[in-house]
Amino acid sequence: MTIEPRGGHQGGGHDHPDPGHRPEGNRSLDQGHPHAGGHPSGHPHPQSALTPQARAARQAELVSGLLGILPTAQVLHETEDLHPYECDGLSAYRQLPLAVALPDTADQVQAILRLCHRLQIPVVARGAGTGLSAGALPHPEGLLLSLARLKAILHIDPLARTARVQPGVRNLAISEAARPHGLYYAPDPSSQIACTIGGNVAENSGGVHCLKYGLTVHNLLRLEVITMDGERLTLGAEALDAPGYDLMALMTGSEGLLGVVVEITVRLLPLPERAQVLLAAYDDIGQAGAAVGAIIAAGIIPAGLEMMDNPAIRAAEAFVHAGYPTQAAAILLCELDGANEEVSQEILRVRQILLDSGATEVRTARDEAERLLFWKGRKAAFPAVGRLSPDYYCMDGTIPRRRLPEVLARIAAMSTDYGLPVANVFHAGDGNLHPLILYDANRPGELERTEELGGKILELCVEVGGTITGEHGVGTEKIDQMCVQFHPLELTQFHAVKAAFDPAGLLNPAKAVPTLHRCAEFGAMHVHANQLKFPELPRF
Amino acid sequence: MNQDLTQTLAARVASAQAEGRPLRIQGGGTKTWLGRAVAGEPLAVVDHRGILSYEPTELVITARAGTPLVEIEAALAERGQWLAFEPPHFSQSQFSTSHVSPGQISYGHISAGHISTPDSQGASQGAIQGDNPLPADPKGLPGAATLGGTIACGLSGPARPYAGAARDFVLGVRIINGKGEVLRFGGEVMKNVAGYDLSRLMAGAQGTLGVLLEVSLKVLPRPLAELTLTFELSPAEAIRRFNDWAGQPLPLSAACHDGERAYIRLAGNEAAVRAAQARLGGEVLGAQAPAGEDRDAADFWRAVRELGHPFFRQGAAPLWRLSLPPTAPLDSRLGSQFIDWGGAQRWVHGEHPLWPVAQAAGGHATCHGLKFGRVAHPDSAEAHLGPAVSTADAVNAGHAPPRAVSPGSREREPAAIPEAEVFQPLPLALLALHRRLKAALDPRGILNPGRIYPEL
Ligand SMILES: Cc1cc2nc3c(=O)[nH]c(=O)nc-3n(C[C@H](O)[C@H](O)[C@H](O)COP(=O)(O)OP(=O)(O)OC[C@H]3O[C@@H](n4cnc5c(N)ncnc54)[C@H](O)[C@@H]3O)c2cc1C
Repeated sequence: MTIEPRGGHQGGGHDHPDPGHRPEGNRSLDQGHPHAGGHPSGHPHPQSALTPQARAARQAELVSGLLGILPTAQVLHETEDLHPYECDGLSAYRQLPLAVALPDTADQVQAILRLCHRLQIPVVARGAGTGLSAGALPHPEGLLLSLARLKAILHIDPLARTARVQPGVRNLAISEAARPHGLYYAPDPSSQIACTIGGNVAENSGGVHCLKYGLTVHNLLRLEVITMDGERLTLGAEALDAPGYDLMALMTGSEGLLGVVVEITVRLLPLPERAQVLLAAYDDIGQAGAAVGAIIAAGIIPAGLEMMDNPAIRAAEAFVHAGYPTQAAAILLCELDGANEEVSQEILRVRQILLDSGATEVRTARDEAERLLFWKGRKAAFPAVGRLSPDYYCMDGTIPRRRLPEVLARIAAMSTDYGLPVANVFHAGDGNLHPLILYDANRPGELERTEELGGKILELCVEVGGTITGEHGVGTEKIDQMCVQFHPLELTQFHAVKAAFDPAGLLNPAKAVPTLHRCAEFGAMHVHANQLKFPELPRF
Repeated sequence: MNQDLTQTLAARVASAQAEGRPLRIQGGGTKTWLGRAVAGEPLAVVDHRGILSYEPTELVITARAGTPLVEIEAALAERGQWLAFEPPHFSQSQFSTSHVSPGQISYGHISAGHISTPDSQGASQGAIQGDNPLPADPKGLPGAATLGGTIACGLSGPARPYAGAARDFVLGVRIINGKGEVLRFGGEVMKNVAGYDLSRLMAGAQGTLGVLLEVSLKVLPRPLAELTLTFELSPAEAIRRFNDWAGQPLPLSAACHDGERAYIRLAGNEAAVRAAQARLGGEVLGAQAPAGEDRDAADFWRAVRELGHPFFRQGAAPLWRLSLPPTAPLDSRLGSQFIDWGGAQRWVHGEHPLWPVAQAAGGHATCHGLKFGRVAHPDSAEAHLGPAVSTADAVNAGHAPPRAVSPGSREREPAAIPEAEVFQPLPLALLALHRRLKAALDPRGILNPGRIYPEL
């Protein structure tokens, strides 16, 4: 019996080539440059509307209030101290906040929120800052509230299979702590070595294993949340299906707009007895897509089902030497886990399905080392693609899987039109597409064209019945595409929900849900799945 | 007949909101008792029905809210798929199709433990005794559970702790909010984080935040093999074992204790089920067969899901559902208990409110009232599952609404449960937030007012 190192360093789904050897305190995912990383030619961002004097006065007021709550070293306000917090993983957007607060306890978080509520100062929560949608982008007149120091694993209950943790605990640290009990935390975003569980809740993050084991929302039991006015609430419970509205589900994926999460109880799963991976190569990406449907039609839900197209395969192979077939138009990686006998049986079935669907080659990893190598190539896909180009921009649309061939063909056509290469990495099992646009932010205008192409790709996802974001969130980045996905009445409903939690709109303002005014400026029309166009849409 | 009543329903909500008239949203009427009495004009959704899309390889089905659950389950079964959260129906069809009457089931048939075909092990004996006091339910007619009611009530069956809850399978919804606006949230894809998750919020909101028009659900392949094992264990020991087993890589899909024995269900591919059986021992209930054809075991779990097991019908007091942390110690003060969900759900009968007890144990309680609290007399069978007593009538007549609007309790004294409350009271700050959220979706409070709490 082999124990699958799920949630371990080799476990499914890091994009990090070598996640194991990183100094504490420097766990940023600095491989590649997701979107203009390190380039000065950043995105135009909203500047403070205040005069420098008024801003300085506001800052002084805030800082003096914070110093009544936190030790001096945990309140940052000198410009050079603020710079590390100016952006998240999407570094094209940068902004300095008025101050950064680094609380150690939930009580301090509560006091800080009360202070900001009283002063009417915007607050942006931040975990590890690995987000890819500029969700943790600071507000120019606001406080950046880092939860990174709340990193205690408060309790692991092996019998009840739960872990109660603070929001700054890294995703992977939960699985590491649970492992001695034969348990792990299932959602495994590629960034799991660095990203925090608080950030995962805020984004409803997914991972390679979420087709079988669910997203963050499916693996939570209870949240402790503090609302903008300083009210501390318990949502969910250690018991299932808490009474009242499912505010835990509503809070999950709310991108830090409804409350600050200060404690999380997650459910843990038993480590599977065995995991095995198959690699299949295809001449035609449509056949690879059809194979995914065939596996599912056969009643098999693989633990992981990932696809890469030729540019992604070649980039990964050059970087990691995983033995990928570099001539293939696409490869599929299919992981099966479970009891020993079960996995043996399913491997045979899946192998046959892959061959029947036109695979030119099907390989089963010979041993654990090869299994990890197969995954390493996939996990390194982002940084591998990042080596091909000064910058890359990672998109995150989800589509109904059957539309894959059409969507890829149209992305390829747009890529040619824009003269910007695109490599595709795909959580094939659940239809979550990550096109990576290669560009050079130092070439004038290229960032803007890249973003335009990215926006078109997202609109295409909506048009075929999908969504603009499967797991990275809307943040600042995709706010305009929200106007395409939602009708103004729906956006208005979102704003009303926000107001129920935060009537003054102080938590993470101007993110996630656009104002109708902004949509009118963007000029986009709501489109739903090819059909419901709204020509009668009022223009604002 | 499949038809789209979106416009009609939206217009009715809009005019009700304009005039501030409350609406009582009605699906199949099978779960009317699960909630407080609602005084309002009925808004029937049953005729807004039909499956809109079903793509087995995408694992998604979308249907109008009035679509009978049996219709959805049949469509899925045809393609070897199912709703993995095993929603309870609480409609007659669940019993009439299997010839098993609520309250009249016995499970004497425990076999020696060989995997076998359905007919080699007396699939027809053991489970079926007595007459069927319930009129057959012509599939899909009023009286059958609808998709909308299923999601609005958010109930899940025995697989809940292993497969997830109703809300976990909701991918998207189309609703009418309290202003009569037709809105769509979520979608038909597995992963979607655009905007607040108002679709999962609808699960369990009992229609108080919106009238469900369409629901998209994630569906899953039915496991290829299922096997139910039984064990001679005390309830306390069963709780410990259930938790212990759930921490091991076993294909568990249900675990309950009926007061006498423990039952666990294994589900997965055949190799996985065999391997787990070899590891766990126990006795096999019925015979392993293609899922769904294993009569004894299937009947047993259906009776657990539909509260048809004799336990639920035996008490003289209202039935309570306690949702507790799965490891919560057995509370012997509560008397005999039916333990489900691997320890996380405990059913008891009790005259007195159990909310404080549940809260002290880290969970919450729901009062299911007398519907399942007493053995139904054959002559009250029609009352038992017929259309609910109209609470509106009772209210209009100036009477206090009968406890839990239970047809079965029609001729009985209301139990000593205060104010016809059903659900665990919320802490004040949380209740205040609930009220603001309700106002955000239903500003005039016209959608099923008071169904969950008087304030909502
Ligand atoms: C290389 C790479 C690979 C990635 N792979 C994946 C992947 O596979 N799947 C996936 O889903 N994502 C992935 N991501 C995106 C990112 O890692 C996730 O969104 C992650 O959940 C963010 O966590 P964080 O702690 O870094 O949050 P941050 O980036 O700090 O914040 C993200 C958002 O959450 C809010 N927030 C943070 N903490 C709290 C809190 N305690 N309370 C309330 N709001 C809070 C912030 O305000 C912000 O809106 C990847 C990112 C990178 C760089």
